[in-house]
Amino acid sequence: MWLATLGMSLSLLCIAAACQAAAGALPELPAGDAAPGATVPPAVAAEPSPEPEERGLKIGRTRLLAGGKLLLTNGITTVEGASGGGIASWATIAGRQMGGGIGVSAHATGIELPDFGWRSAGAALGIGDRLELSFARADFDTRDAGALLGLGQGYTLGLDSFGAKLRIAGDLVYGEAWLPQIAVGIEHKRSRDGAVARALGAASDEGTDVTLSATKLLLARSLLVNATLRYTRANQLGLLGFGGPDGAGRAVQFEGSLGYQLSRRAVIGAEFRSKPDNLGLGEDDWMDLFAAYALTDALTLTAAYVDLGSVATFSDQRGGYLSVQLAF
Amino acid sequence: MLSITTAAAVLMVLQQAPAEGTDWDKAFGVEERVRDPETGEFPVDPYEQDNANAGAAPSEDPRLAAAFGGREGIKRIAARTVELSEADPRIAAIFAGHDMVRLKRTLGEQLCYLLDAGCDYTGRDMRTAHAEMGVTKADLNALVENLQAAMREARVPFAAQNRLLAKLAPMSREVVTR
Repeated sequence: MWLATLGMSLSLLCIAAACQAAAGALPELPAGDAAPGATVPPAVAAEPSPEPEERGLKIGRTRLLAGGKLLLTNGITTVEGASGGGIASWATIAGRQMGGGIGVSAHATGIELPDFGWRSAGAALGIGDRLELSFARADFDTRDAGALLGLGQGYTLGLDSFGAKLRIAGDLVYGEAWLPQIAVGIEHKRSRDGAVARALGAASDEGTDVTLSATKLLLARSLLVNATLRYTRANQLGLLGFGGPDGAGRAVQFEGSLGYQLSRRAVIGAEFRSKPDNLGLGEDDWMDLFAAYALTDALTLTAAYVDLGSVATFSDQRGGYLSVQLAF
Repeated sequence: MLSITTAAAVLMVLQQAPAEGTDWDKAFGVEERVRDPETGEFPVDPYEQDNANAGAAPSEDPRLAAAFGGREGIKRIAARTVELSEADPRIAAIFAGHDMVRLKRTLGEQLCYLLDAGCDYTGRDMRTAHAEMGVTKADLNALVENLQAAMREARVPFAAQNRLLAKLAPMSREVVTR
């Protein structure tokens, strides 16, 4: 008798294994209903429907580079490598991935000013629509101003920025209109020219900013609104070091952005970023007027007019900004 | 071990093939659903109909509905959105097994009601209608893109498109379940 029972359960196993594929096509069929002696019915011919798309790579339940964000909702890489609007950090998360996905973003930015030239490039990793890790390396060419400042003709100041940003609440697009996407971030920045920074009176060649951002796309007005508080003591982002000679310390600065969506692919806007003046060089607040266009899902071009005010005693630094971002 | 294998083999051989033409739906108690000859929709369990089920208050701007081509234009956009989504490999699986005839009608009614184009919404509320679907925000993004494509095809100005999306976006609270 026990042999027969065993045999029966084995034959059940056999059926289950042999007909796994058919059972998969009939999810509503409870496996327990399959009595011994009954073969599983053939799979019902399903209506032709598109094959589920397997975009990107899949590791376990995590999708790599599969995309999923709405266009432009990953923002535009800022001068410090975080996702945002160019000069202001936003609560957005870099990369095109949504929950359960991992995405990447890379960018290159150039700014042409009357007396200086900025070049930066970097990359960011986005984990879900939750966490962003970023790196950017910037070179600030002092050109003729370098000679006048005693640094040497064409002396280039360098800045490395390491960032992490975590979305803590809300959603840029969905949910209540009054609840923005909120994120906290840290940006650890290192001047690669500590000697210059200290010669100018900066207390340190490295510093860490803390940011709190709230960003919302107000669909009823096609308007993107961002407000960011940054707790920092960076001089010109950190190019001129951190802190001042009289122990000028950290202060809260404000970054604001307004963007108007012209289409799914195009947005124009303006930004403002307040700055400290720890070195007493007359460091000014920054502003820009930008236009961003998503040429493809992955490729976004941004052009802007920027007004950086006085930089290292050279006033009226207004010019053009061009940035290209590739995100998956 | 040998006897077990033998017993298993014997039992497998003894299994009888099912008779030809077996009604498997009947054998497994699957109820046959019949489309209503008039509406073409499958019957649904009764529920209380209420415009509040639409999930948002209608627009107060009479010009908005015109931007969508009025009632007929809105219905076409809704039907087109459903068609695009059924054919969209990202989200087609969510629609499989659901009544697309009914969805086209109820989505059309919902958009028509929200745009104040003179319709009542007779569908179920958003939470009930999307229960058990396991919709993610990424799925919602795909649906939004399909709706945007349908609106673009109907030449709805982008700002007007966004005003409709503004009505729908807060419903993510009821629709997104994972």
